[in-house]
Amino acid sequence: MDTWLGLAVGALYACGIYLLMRRSLVKLVVGLALLGHAANLLIFAVGRLTPGVPPIVAPGATALIEPVADPVPQALVLTAIVIGFGVQAFALVLLRRTWTRLATEDLDGLQSTDRLDEGHP
Amino acid sequence: MFSLILAATARALLPLILLFSLFLLIRGHNEPGGGFVGGLAAASAFALHALAHGAPEARRIVRVDPRRLTATGLLVALAAALAGPLTGGPLFAARWLDAPLPVLGKVGTPILFDAGVYLVVIGIVLTILFPLLED
Amino acid sequence: MSPDLLVVAPFVVPLGAAVLALGTSRSVAAQRAVSLAGTAVTLVCAGLLLAEVSYRGVIATSIGGWPAPFGIAFVADLLAAIMAVLGAIVGLAIAVYSPASVGHQQERFGYHPLLLVLVAGVEGAFLTGDLFNLYVCFEILLMASFVLLALGGQRAQLEGSIKYVTLNLLSSILFLTGTGLLYGLTGSLNMADLAVRVAALDARGPVTAVAVIFAVAFGIKAGAFPLFFWLPASYHTPPPAVAALFAGLLTKVGVYALLRVFTLIFVGDPGFTHGLILWAAVLTMISGVLGAAAQHDVRRILSFHIVSQIGYMLMGLGLFTRLALAGTVFYLVHHIVVKTNLFLVAGIMRRLRGTEELADLGGLYRERPWLAIGFLVPALSLAGIPPLSGFWAKLLLVKAGLDSREYVVVAAALAVGLLTLFSMTKIWAEAFWKAPPDPPAASDGRGEATGLDSNLAPAFATVAGLALVTVWIGLGAGPILELCSRAATQLVDPSVYITAVLGGH
Repeated sequence: MDTWLGLAVGALYACGIYLLMRRSLVKLVVGLALLGHAANLLIFAVGRLTPGVPPIVAPGATALIEPVADPVPQALVLTAIVIGFGVQAFALVLLRRTWTRLATEDLDGLQSTDRLDEGHP
Repeated sequence: MFSLILAATARALLPLILLFSLFLLIRGHNEPGGGFVGGLAAASAFALHALAHGAPEARRIVRVDPRRLTATGLLVALAAALAGPLTGGPLFAARWLDAPLPVLGKVGTPILFDAGVYLVVIGIVLTILFPLLED
Repeated sequence: MSPDLLVVAPFVVPLGAAVLALGTSRSVAAQRAVSLAGTAVTLVCAGLLLAEVSYRGVIATSIGGWPAPFGIAFVADLLAAIMAVLGAIVGLAIAVYSPASVGHQQERFGYHPLLLVLVAGVEGAFLTGDLFNLYVCFEILLMASFVLLALGGQRAQLEGSIKYVTLNLLSSILFLTGTGLLYGLTGSLNMADLAVRVAALDARGPVTAVAVIFAVAFGIKAGAFPLFFWLPASYHTPPPAVAALFAGLLTKVGVYALLRVFTLIFVGDPGFTHGLILWAAVLTMISGVLGAAAQHDVRRILSFHIVSQIGYMLMGLGLFTRLALAGTVFYLVHHIVVKTNLFLVAGIMRRLRGTEELADLGGLYRERPWLAIGFLVPALSLAGIPPLSGFWAKLLLVKAGLDSREYVVVAAALAVGLLTLFSMTKIWAEAFWKAPPDPPAASDGRGEATGLDSNLAPAFATVAGLALVTVWIGLGAGPILELCSRAATQLVDPSVYITAVLGGH
């Protein structure tokens, strides 16, 4: 199961990076979202896939009963999801504003800020 | 685009989903739930209303400007965090009331912080959503 | 104030001020007042923190009372305290300058809360002792910077935003990946605890791989070669106050993260990791300054210079000796002030002439001689002319390079210094010295956001203040150098840091 999850994470990273290099701004935003999901899934996988119980000591006992689910990666993933949500919202609004203001989402046409101007000597 | 089914359903669902979101908020400390998902549920209730009746109507229902909600939520969360230093502990130290309250159970700064997060999430989602719907 | 509270104060105060600014969003004057007060109080807290750390040693506290390594720790060693003070200085400078550069429309939209949240994120990043909290603080400052960058909504801002957002998000994802993998290898997120556990690990391969992932992630943020191309594409698009804020702070947070991670956690294979950083540093220096030589727009030139100067700071980290690290810390102190100042001067140039193209500028020396001095001081400091601060910083790094016998690196550093001087004199000659072209360019914003304050006094005051700070650092370099050496000693031998976080509680 770990292998399949590892392959899935790798596939998500690959898809995300491939989309990041596309010419369309929409695909770029989707690529960023996929990368976020890939990282979240990676952290989840790092928590060791076990059929564990919540890490709460039963009343009266003094130690945890293994196997226990590791709560830290779950907290990390939750935080990362929230942050990713905010970022995706911004990316979508940026995409929409680019479309309404500039009437294009072709990244090849949006390069004026990194080219040297030819108009000036 | 007015749809009678959506409008009638939204009118019935709005209070139910809001109650559910409060339920999620309160149970968040010891069971699945919490401020973030409660806020999302509440915001989705308002979003459903906005889809059914239009964004201006939904703004009227919310009554407060969403950015005020965000500011209030942040203030509440910050107050919960500062309760620690004000009572001689580190930042974010949890302070609990001794007697449990009737519906909420044991109340302390964690649930106050969660309530702040709840308000912030509603505020932010609605701040993003309403302008997109009004365009 | 108790040391526990003092360590978190530079993070909490701007956040509280941001909440206040959000609450008073109707009145621009109230927001400006909150912004000024917030950044001023942050500076006071950071200064007190520096004094405390300098006197008492490393201070560590834990959030919520949960002991490290289970809880989130906030740690102030000398490097963190110095950076906190610098962040607060830049925050205050921008808060003073903003009325002259940001329109009323944008101020009402929420510029001041965003500024304060960004400062809070920066201070949190400097003071945190937990790797995931570092990620969260990075994201806080990143999101605030996204919105600040896109202010104005014109073509240039949107294009700049796309590149900035994409590459910085990529950097965040890589950071998150590295953190996840490191947690999987060691089981901890607390930086001091990681230092102990990584040293005890047998598997060198995975650790080095994760180290490189972190190097790439922070390298993108810092603007290292070959990951810096987002910087010149986006830093010349936002309003000048915002550009100055980014130029002064954001890349330095990346450098700080590299410093922290590669002196505390990934010290097991310095031949590979720090050697890699050293070569990246040389290439960064050279590519940055050559890129600047090709530009003819003031802010684009300055953006490429940011990249080139980052190379110097990485050079100190790559050399990894005590003197080199002291040089890097001194360079950080010098460069943050100088770069912010240069961008603010560019902003004033834009207000006075309405353009930043060198061909269209001219005659500023005759018109505003004090502005010329305000440009000359940071420009010469950047190029490394004694007795200004840049000279001492470069001297330290060159000496450290010679001590480590890295002659190629030293030669590159000196050559790049010469080319930096060339760039600065080009700006001086074109913008200040030569006569203005006729017809003279219109002043006060051709097609810019109307509703700008006509009073430029705060802008000039900020530039003068920062120039004075540069002169003070240069003339009073002795005590500052001693402070930086002590910071470097703490970096080279992290046991003080580790005991403060793990042992003292």
